[in-house]
Amino acid sequence: MKLLGRYVIFLGQMFTQREPFKVYVRLVIEECYKIGVGSVFIFVLVSTFMGAVTAVQTAYNLLSPFIPDYVISLVTRDMAILELAPTIMAIVFAGKVGSNLASELGTMRITEQIDAIEVMGINSTSYLVLPKVIASLIVYPLLVILAAGLMIYGGYIAGIFTEVITKEEYIYGLRADFLEFNVAFALIKAFVFAFLVSSISSFWGFYTQGGALEVGQASTKAVTTSCIAILTADYLLAQLLLT
Amino acid sequence: MIEFKNIKKQFNGKQILKGIDGTFEKGKVNQLIGASGTGKSVLLKCIVGLVTPDEGTVEFDGRDFYNSDRETRKGIRREIGMLFQGSALFDSKTVEENVRFPLDLLTKMSPEEKLEKVNFCLERVELENSNKKMPSELSGGMKKRVGIARAIVMNSKYLFCDEPNSGLDPMTSITIDNLIKEITDEFNTTTIVVTHDMNSVVEIGENIIYLFEGEKKWQGDKSNIMQADCKELEDFMMSSKLVREARAHWK
Ligand SMILES: Nc1ncnc2c1ncn2[C@@H]1O[C@H](COP(=O)(O)OP(=O)(O)OP(=O)(O)O)[C@@H](O)[C@H]1O
Ligand SMILES: [Mg+2]
Repeated sequence: MKLLGRYVIFLGQMFTQREPFKVYVRLVIEECYKIGVGSVFIFVLVSTFMGAVTAVQTAYNLLSPFIPDYVISLVTRDMAILELAPTIMAIVFAGKVGSNLASELGTMRITEQIDAIEVMGINSTSYLVLPKVIASLIVYPLLVILAAGLMIYGGYIAGIFTEVITKEEYIYGLRADFLEFNVAFALIKAFVFAFLVSSISSFWGFYTQGGALEVGQASTKAVTTSCIAILTADYLLAQLLLT
Repeated sequence: MIEFKNIKKQFNGKQILKGIDGTFEKGKVNQLIGASGTGKSVLLKCIVGLVTPDEGTVEFDGRDFYNSDRETRKGIRREIGMLFQGSALFDSKTVEENVRFPLDLLTKMSPEEKLEKVNFCLERVELENSNKKMPSELSGGMKKRVGIARAIVMNSKYLFCDEPNSGLDPMTSITIDNLIKEITDEFNTTTIVVTHDMNSVVEIGENIIYLFEGEKKWQGDKSNIMQADCKELEDFMMSSKLVREARAHWK
């Protein structure tokens, strides 16, 4: 509970007493680059395989002559857009980017770099953390779109390769019963999760105390708390927006 | 001049600072000495506001730091330059970017003016031609010097140095001491140096405060520290052979 309070104060500090806008533009671009380039490889890898596995397993579960084959691609599409791309990839994002943010800020804290910024009369919370949060809000939704696309593509490759579905049927399934709202829902989730992962991880890093050991612990805590927050928020959003 | 009164601070129920009063004078090298773990760094951080004391006041030339609004505080902060115990250079930035950092954020100088200023400060600490090096490529002494350059780049009125010469060889250590002394005279700064190097105390100490277990035990200057009538300070100084000999000479 006390932690939650400190987290809220932390968020408050981030948005008040900012430096001039111009300062942030360059920082945000730098962070976008770091976050994007750092996580694109793992995203490509994980999402392609996940799409492939989803398609193959759906095919395996639907071994019935009464269900048309295009259901495979339909299911893969909806799974990818609704849950796999935004939520599961958010956990990957927490593992990659969250732990990185926490250890970066943690190291800056224990080597007094944060104090050095603070003593110059600069609000270190907003100078260091805000660009990371904004960059995550920009980059993560893009990564989610990329991941959803690759999952569907992965499913396509696997489906054709194992001959459970034909090209035409897969494409037909992709177009059947398409709800645009699902895409909007996925993007809302993406924004929420990006904010949670970046702010929670920064919080742990920012308040690290001690030495290198504690930096490691902060980065572990960043990943676990982010995951818990993602799953809780996922459930709440589903309740709120899908019912 | 910096005046602080009754500074108290405890961490996890342990009283680190037990009500310290003192003054740091303008245009002088003020020193804070004492054994490891007596709270020198904590006191320094209380004075610049990185650690909020439980009790006490700090005044920078008459401006109360803890009881003023955010703008005044920001103003005071911008007059402070600080060298940290571990240098605290930004390790993702080059030497030049490190020194330029306060200028980038706090001034509206043109790039040429900034570069000129940065080069001036780097020259001052005898590190010309190291602009493009990364902190990881520097030795401990060079890092400290870059830290000093960063601390003076804003023409700070108040210069805080936490152990500028710990972990350095005696030669470099003297160079840094002299540098701090010169900067103080040249820019008429209120300089505060934390140290446990007796050598630098007798070299440059003009207003010396001795801390012992969170209390101020003695205040004076290098001319009377040898005759100081304070048991704890005597013990502290006696650990240095140099001082033992000097003291024998005085008696
Ligand atoms: N953030 C903190 N939380 C808890 N205890 C702290 C904190 N900072 C300092 N202390 C404690 O305060 C005491 C004084 O520490 P300080 O760093 O001021 O010593 P010092 O006099 O600067 O020593 P040194 O010469 O070794 O740098 C130490 O016992 C330390 O454990
Ligand atoms: Mg110290």
